[in-house]
Amino acid sequence: MTVEAQTAGRGTVRRLAGALHRRPRLRLGLLLTAPLLWLAVLYLGSLAVLFVSAFWTTNSFTSEVVKVWSTDNFHELFTTPVYRQVILRSVGVALAVSLLCAVIAFPLAFYTARVARPKWRPLLVVAILTPLWASYLVKVYAWRLILSEGGLADWMLKPFGLSGPGYGLPATVLTLTYLWLPYMVLPIHTALEQLPANLLDASADLGARGWRTFRSVVLPMVLPSVAAGSIFTFSLSLGDYITVQIVGGKTQLIGNLVYSNIELNLPMAATLATVPVAVIVLYLLAMRRTGALSSL
Amino acid sequence: MQLSRSARIALRVAAGLGFAVIYVPLLLVLVNSLNPDRSASWPPPGLTLHWWSVAKDNSGAREALWVSVKAGLGATAIALVLGTLIAFAVARYRFFGRDAISFVVVLPIALPGIVTGIALNSAFSTVLEPLGVGLGLFTVVVGHATFCIVVVFNNVVARLRRTSGTYEEAAMDLGAHTFRAFVDVTFPLVRSALFAGGLLAFALSFDEIVVTTFTAGPGVQTLPLWIFDNMTRPQQAPVVNVVAAVLVLFSVIPIYIAQRMSADTATSSRV
Repeated sequence: MTVEAQTAGRGTVRRLAGALHRRPRLRLGLLLTAPLLWLAVLYLGSLAVLFVSAFWTTNSFTSEVVKVWSTDNFHELFTTPVYRQVILRSVGVALAVSLLCAVIAFPLAFYTARVARPKWRPLLVVAILTPLWASYLVKVYAWRLILSEGGLADWMLKPFGLSGPGYGLPATVLTLTYLWLPYMVLPIHTALEQLPANLLDASADLGARGWRTFRSVVLPMVLPSVAAGSIFTFSLSLGDYITVQIVGGKTQLIGNLVYSNIELNLPMAATLATVPVAVIVLYLLAMRRTGALSSL
Repeated sequence: MQLSRSARIALRVAAGLGFAVIYVPLLLVLVNSLNPDRSASWPPPGLTLHWWSVAKDNSGAREALWVSVKAGLGATAIALVLGTLIAFAVARYRFFGRDAISFVVVLPIALPGIVTGIALNSAFSTVLEPLGVGLGLFTVVVGHATFCIVVVFNNVVARLRRTSGTYEEAAMDLGAHTFRAFVDVTFPLVRSALFAGGLLAFALSFDEIVVTTFTAGPGVQTLPLWIFDNMTRPQQAPVVNVVAAVLVLFSVIPIYIAQRMSADTATSSRV
């Protein structure tokens, strides 16, 4: 490139930069065009079509989608006992997992945030988060191994004359609890760590013993974080259909129903898929009242 | 809070049990890869490296690993570009619908994977099939990128909010034009956030199975799909055991990098 061409090139860059600098709206437009095309058109567009198709039906002979507006699928959803049962079971599993996670996470977080020596605390947090980097499938597979016949669970319970739960609903709850536990420990740990020491001192000065302080001071202040953690544990459990296929035996959850309808009746699959979305939105709204969203 | 001695001991024991529950399954996967037996009964009858050498030559698993790496790199690259663009728009401008954008970015990861999966699947089959493009690695990359954008966005937007725009203004006052200010000032400021976001995005993509199930064409098998496919086949159990153990060992890499990075930022922020 000659010197003139170089300066001319530089001049163009400068002019372009100047033009952009004077037009903030243009800059914003350039920043947002590609991502909005991707997220708003491709992603939200597909989602919208999916949820519209929940109101379509299929020809029962050819399995072809009939694009005529009807609420038949939703009628079927609310009146078929199997669907109602599976939905209730799925919500029950998600709630049980969240509760178990909270019960296990609380003492763990209390230890890492207030009991362990301060210099060990960051390391302990890393130790809790480490399994999140391990593959989801591998962790589920680990529980498949543990709960298999003659596996680790059976071996550990044998001296007590018991045997492991085997594959089924309890195994599903157990495995999901294991998978999502770190999401519950972390917010509780953070909340406990940030608990001002002078509040605890004040409580002690007013004559409260450990347990009373815990119930009246610590618990109310940490509850929003428990709710925040439960948003993860609840919604991740509700949408899961892989774990239950691996350790759930014949158990069916809402995800399995969606999956089994995709090939033959896509509109029904879409209708079923609205259920976890609606439940998660309701759960989010309920948790917002506890102040969970601001402590995420 | 003054805890009684017994409360302290109880918490220590509970935490010890908690950590045991967290790590025993991962250790079991490692030990089980040395199990000479095809069944997972405990304790294993002996230890052998035989299955490791068998797994090394398993072409299915190796191909799947390669597909996963390609999908992860593709999705990470797209997520880095799109996530950064959105982060700059949200952190540096005020405009109508700004909160809505932050919400839409989180949506692909907040909704159950199966919802995102079938939505993309039916969109691909209605839009791409008439064009003669079937599902394949390309559609996997598109699907993964969609939910990877959020982690890049979160990292970069957090960094941009902490560093105000005054650095760029200072650079411009000193005569730098928009691009020069970006290259010399803004980019070095967000570089480590980009790296962290990219690392998370790759890990997310590498591990994903649900969206992958619905966006992968026939013949495209990522490592999670391969594991899921072979998990219930007794014949393949030993090879699955080894692959699972390898993945547990792999997970140390990002943790190591993340630790190194937080150590680096801790030292550089002192300047």
